[in-house]
Amino acid sequence: MSVALENNTSDFLNGVWKQNPVFVQVLGMCPVLAVTNTAINALAMGLATAFVLLMSNVVVSSLRRVVPNQVRIVTFILIIATFVTIVDYVIAAISLSLHKSLGAFISLIVVNCLILGRAEAFASKHSVTRSALDALGMGIGFTIGLLALGGVRELIGNGTLFGAPVLGDQFQPWTVMMLPPGGFFTLAAWLLLFNWLKVRRTARQEAIS
Amino acid sequence: MSDDQTTTPQRNPTVWIYGVVLSVGVVSSLAIVSVYEITRPMIAANRTAFRQSAILQVLLGSTNTATYQFDPVSEQFAKSETPDSTMEVVYAGFDDDGNLVGIAIETSGMGYQDKIRLLYGYSPDEQAIIGIRVLESRETPGLGDRVETDETYLSNFKSLDVRLNDDRSELSHAIEFVKPGLKAEPWQIDGITGATISSRAIAVMLRESAAKWIPHVQARLKNFESEIKHRPDKIAGSF
Amino acid sequence: MNDESLGVIFINACLVNNFVLAYFLGICPFLGVSSKRETALRMGSAVTFVMIVSSMAAYGIHAVLTFVDAPYLELIAFIAVIASTVQVVEMFIKKVSPALFRSLGIFLPLITTNCAILAVALFQTNKSYGFVQSLVFAIGAGLGFTLALVLMAGLREKLELTHTPEIVKGTALTLILAGLLSVGFMGFAGLFN
Repeated sequence: MSVALENNTSDFLNGVWKQNPVFVQVLGMCPVLAVTNTAINALAMGLATAFVLLMSNVVVSSLRRVVPNQVRIVTFILIIATFVTIVDYVIAAISLSLHKSLGAFISLIVVNCLILGRAEAFASKHSVTRSALDALGMGIGFTIGLLALGGVRELIGNGTLFGAPVLGDQFQPWTVMMLPPGGFFTLAAWLLLFNWLKVRRTARQEAIS
Repeated sequence: MSDDQTTTPQRNPTVWIYGVVLSVGVVSSLAIVSVYEITRPMIAANRTAFRQSAILQVLLGSTNTATYQFDPVSEQFAKSETPDSTMEVVYAGFDDDGNLVGIAIETSGMGYQDKIRLLYGYSPDEQAIIGIRVLESRETPGLGDRVETDETYLSNFKSLDVRLNDDRSELSHAIEFVKPGLKAEPWQIDGITGATISSRAIAVMLRESAAKWIPHVQARLKNFESEIKHRPDKIAGSF
Repeated sequence: MNDESLGVIFINACLVNNFVLAYFLGICPFLGVSSKRETALRMGSAVTFVMIVSSMAAYGIHAVLTFVDAPYLELIAFIAVIASTVQVVEMFIKKVSPALFRSLGIFLPLITTNCAILAVALFQTNKSYGFVQSLVFAIGAGLGFTLALVLMAGLREKLELTHTPEIVKGTALTLILAGLLSVGFMGFAGLFN
């Protein structure tokens, strides 16, 4: 029992931190860069992706003994596309303006390599519970990554966070952060930070030993 | 990890393959169709509410709206709640007493990066554009999207002169775009520093759309006014 | 029916709204296969070709689905068509030119999950382009993608020879370069006003 529990926890934490899809695996970059110019867009996109990931992982995992190997990719894509279409309509029903600002990127969740990747690499080989936990972890990790980008870009690029003014009137916004180059630069900056931490940690471990 | 590793089943290969893909497809389609049917009325209601609020906003003082489709052959406007998708439409706004406040017209054009969709209100009494509202844009937050929030810029459209010339065939002055702070005439639009392209794009859209629509609307005001006569009975009947 | 002229559509898809540098589409292959100019060019041509074919197919699908009034099946139909187009293209190239297949082969399966291709299908439908407009849009998008990929590969080849700090190496460096390229492409914005 304790082994299973440990397994479950590590399945979950794997995606949130150790194998974070945005910062470690650098997967599913298109939505990461495209819709993260404000924190609220980033959050909505992250949650939509996490939902699709969870549902498709559960379905793929429960069908894993049924689906023939030759057509597994096609079947997975069909399943993913179904959930994406559903999310698309649900978001439009909840808020038209949110749906407009996310644009075509909701539909593009279908081709997010993260989702197909998890279906193929994890869900098609593991039990429903573990797949669900893996999806939850990856989904939350992805959302955190998006928020980290969206938050920084909105804060520096517009002086606000979730639409609320934070930095005050004195602050001259760096508009470039809201524009496409800002997306590349912010992600690069986060990766640099993590690289730096890693290099420092390795150096310290070497010093100790 | 190996405890729950799957082995692909080897049963009746071809039939099995097609069967699985087909049934996944059928189940998927059923799921999509049911979600579509459930959300369709909600999405439609959202759209109508959004358009309604935009019309009321560009035609300050109106409380009721109606949709009119324009017949390009007879050049007449006809009221229609379910307009033909091939016809262009305009919206009329009426106040509580059923008087025509103005006509709201939709237009679109290329902005900084992508298309901007815009609704503007025309008042026949003032012969002027009395309000605009951006319906959809992907302009840069903090720069181009100031066309939606900048008070000074929006004040251009509180009373933008689109008076017709003497023979009522075209505007006496086309709408002009000028550099920020240079607005001297009531038919000119002041730009925004730092959002020149977006603010000019809106001016260009308005110039073209107004030149096309205002003469038609002004010539056929009776199409909309006929509504006034019906309106009081309707309101009386509803009480 | 959209009334944008073909030239405007082409320049917009290729430069102003470059799929990679302005819309962030197809970032995965952009980061993955942009280390050598030659492979970048091949990947670019493969993507352009698949874009053109699937754009035409998507136009047909949209027409059929509009006719039978089933817009909700669009996404599933598009992705299915793209996946099968890639498959067909793969088999076709294998038959006709084994040499080309060997050089392109490994990239072809990757193209299915290249969001730029699905995006061409979705955008042309959103903007209600006609058939010729869709075709020009797909060609423009494909060439823009190839251009970004080749430019990037050129820069990275040069950087191979320079001395870069340890922490910058890898994806971070590529992203910084992409950001700079993207700044450059911003110069094209507002070309049509």
